[in-house]
Amino acid sequence: MLLIHCPYCDETLPELEFAYAGEAHIERPKDPSALSDEEWRDFLFIRTNPKGTHYERWRHVHGCARYFNAARDTVSDKFLTTYRAGEARPDLDRKEAAE
Amino acid sequence: MTNQKHDFPWVTIEDLAPDARFSLRVGEAGRDRAGLTLGLSLPTGVSNVVRHGERAVVCLGPDEWLVTAPEGERDAIVEAFATIYDQTPHSLVEISDRELTYRITGPAAFTLMTIGCPRDLSRLTPGRAVRTVFDGATVILWRDAEDAFRLDVWRSFAPHVRDLLDTGRAELAAGL
Ligand SMILES: [Zn+2]
Repeated sequence: MLLIHCPYCDETLPELEFAYAGEAHIERPKDPSALSDEEWRDFLFIRTNPKGTHYERWRHVHGCARYFNAARDTVSDKFLTTYRAGEARPDLDRKEAAE
Repeated sequence: MTNQKHDFPWVTIEDLAPDARFSLRVGEAGRDRAGLTLGLSLPTGVSNVVRHGERAVVCLGPDEWLVTAPEGERDAIVEAFATIYDQTPHSLVEISDRELTYRITGPAAFTLMTIGCPRDLSRLTPGRAVRTVFDGATVILWRDAEDAFRLDVWRSFAPHVRDLLDTGRAELAAGL
């Protein structure tokens, strides 16, 4: 079973307590009516789907109930890091160099 | 069947009498005032519990607490929070009837908890409580002592959780 670190509980807990909630850092356009249909479609439906590091939202639904963000490698399924909602994407290269 | 259960002293499952229960949400600015209203200091840090008399408060999330108290104190709590509402915005929701509570005690209580809860329960030290999952159902799991747990279970999930506990207990009794 995957273990996920919740940045609010500050504990590493079983995946069963968490729910996946889609890609992270997708900002709702400030003025949707100014967008073309294609831009609106991209906002609603088009996701990066990378092979490698993916920034995504998770919710500690059976726990503190908070949403937070995670960087996960979609090839190995390993969580690289987790961080609180609202924080900037962590610089993973620098993090790796430090380790 | 009933006799068999009584013959197995290693774990006991009991239904507890109802308590008054509240869900309290309050921001950082109002935390001290809300604690004072309950006559205690609200615990910070998920899973920490603070007790005052027969009241207990557990921190479930960064701005969320579960308050339990004897049923006789229910109205006093509601009234006390109503008086601070204009100064200290908060949400106090009575959820007494939402959950049933089971108490699981005995040397095999820990083992019985592991049949439904995926957490490493050795890290949930006595005196703390967490919201977690028990075979798919959200529960509040209180660890009152090394071998004493309480489970607050939403009513609609309670028959399922209770059946699972009884089955687990029967299996432990049979030496499985
Ligand atoms: Zn959490």
